[in-house]
Amino acid sequence: MIGKGIAKGFIETARNFVGSYTEESRLVTVEYPEERLPQKENARNFPFLVYDGEDAEKGLRCVACKICEKDCPPQCIYIVLERDEKGRPQKHPKVFDIDVSVCMSCQICVEVCPFEAIKMDTEFELSQTDRFDGLLLDKHQLAKSNEYYHKLHPTEAAAVDANLAAEKAKKAAPPAPSTAAPPQPAPAKT
Amino acid sequence: MSFVYTVSGIVAIMMVFPLLFGITTVLERKGLGRLQNRLGPNRVGPFGFAQFVADGIKMLTKEDIVPRTADQVVHFVAPFVLLVPVFLSFSVIPFGRKLVLADFDAGLLFFFAVGAATELAVFMAGWSSRNKYSLLGAMRAIAQMISYEVPLVISSLTVVMLVGSLSLMDIVREQQPVRFGFLHTWHVFTPWGLAGFMLFLVAAAAESNRTPFDIPEAESEIIAGYLTEYSGFKYALFFLGEYLGLFSMCGLAITLFLGGWLAPFSFLDFVPGPIWFALKLLAMIAVFIWARGTLPRLRTDQLLSLAWKFMLPMALINLLVAALWHYSGAWDLPAGYAVRWLLCAAPVLISFLLLARHFSRKFTPRTYRYAD
Repeated sequence: MIGKGIAKGFIETARNFVGSYTEESRLVTVEYPEERLPQKENARNFPFLVYDGEDAEKGLRCVACKICEKDCPPQCIYIVLERDEKGRPQKHPKVFDIDVSVCMSCQICVEVCPFEAIKMDTEFELSQTDRFDGLLLDKHQLAKSNEYYHKLHPTEAAAVDANLAAEKAKKAAPPAPSTAAPPQPAPAKT
Repeated sequence: MSFVYTVSGIVAIMMVFPLLFGITTVLERKGLGRLQNRLGPNRVGPFGFAQFVADGIKMLTKEDIVPRTADQVVHFVAPFVLLVPVFLSFSVIPFGRKLVLADFDAGLLFFFAVGAATELAVFMAGWSSRNKYSLLGAMRAIAQMISYEVPLVISSLTVVMLVGSLSLMDIVREQQPVRFGFLHTWHVFTPWGLAGFMLFLVAAAAESNRTPFDIPEAESEIIAGYLTEYSGFKYALFFLGEYLGLFSMCGLAITLFLGGWLAPFSFLDFVPGPIWFALKLLAMIAVFIWARGTLPRLRTDQLLSLAWKFMLPMALINLLVAALWHYSGAWDLPAGYAVRWLLCAAPVLISFLLLARHFSRKFTPRTYRYAD
């Protein structure tokens, strides 16, 4: 019978029309700048530097060992070691730049860092009017607190904190008797 | 006095309908969004209703590109050739008891005569662009518009047969008598009027290039058809012309079948006619938007066979039914109006079922046999 399918279609779209006003679940649009969906816990974008405590400069976990700089496939990390007036290394970066226009979000820097100092951020609204200097993030822009890290990746951050605390305890304690349980190996990072 | 009336009428038509076009574009986008469970535009102005202003400014400030190999003069003139007959067609539509710009004796004839000029403009646009997509679109448009002009005119001929006048004012006045004490005798309440209205609606959608009959500018097939080489404000003028053509077609459908400026019930007659006309026009536009949000585009052969193999026979049968209605008015039937109604509805319904069966025979679900 001609027209039956057409009538069915008209009823379907009419149901959509009425439903979009009455049923919340039908309108799936997220009006982005005002509303946004919560980030997935495993989301990652570009790296940032973690610091402990209040002071971003003093609390940086980074010791400027340059492992990440060497392992970075697109070579987007630039580190200069801080030295005191006598030229002795200070275990602290003087310069730590990441060019996020080059970074490919591979997370290799996070994997190789032995000090849990560099982690992946989820910040994605990075548009700039200047694509050279604007996208070259320096140490002050990169430094984010450990609380911020906990907010982004709660599970991973808790594991990292436990690991760091265990290492600290091991270092502080005298060589433990062999009967004591060896410290748990760090859980595999994702 | 007459001069002032004419000039003010022209100014009113040229202001009201383009404004309605602007509002309709927003309403259409919002309505289509809701039909597809989306939000639609809601950024510019309150609830997004100033979107058409932003779009207009955007169109005005865009670069006007004309292809070097195009026929410059024809390419330039085509949008205006489209707009002039469309505006002219509004002049014969009665918007109220005395609100008509030109009360021709042959108003309906004038409407179809100027309406046919839009096809010329579309072909001018397609031909002068020197672009194969434009030409394909223009040829599709010609095939479609000429095919659907036939059922369009024949379905409105029934009204002329029954009323005995081509004047649109007379046609509305003929629908004024009251039946059952409250209902105006709109033509759509008769069997031939209902069938004629349906046929007219489908043909009007095809005439004004509305989905599902938008093959002349099928975006997914031939870019934008005859509009491909147009940009900036000329493009906007084409859209204006297209929507105004839709409005005038809706206006004619209202005048012929839906009682023009008449209220639906006689106890609502105190509300002025133009308000009823506007409400009916908005309702018709809503139906077209609903159809656009529902139906997919037809193929060219389906489109043409629908026009010639289904709508034309239906329109011709409807013409005979109208004649039957005319003569059966004088017959002495047992239960009067109801029997007369059923007597005339039967041939329409039977021929619809038979034709539809015949027509949809080749559209049965296809069976595919895949290679093993």
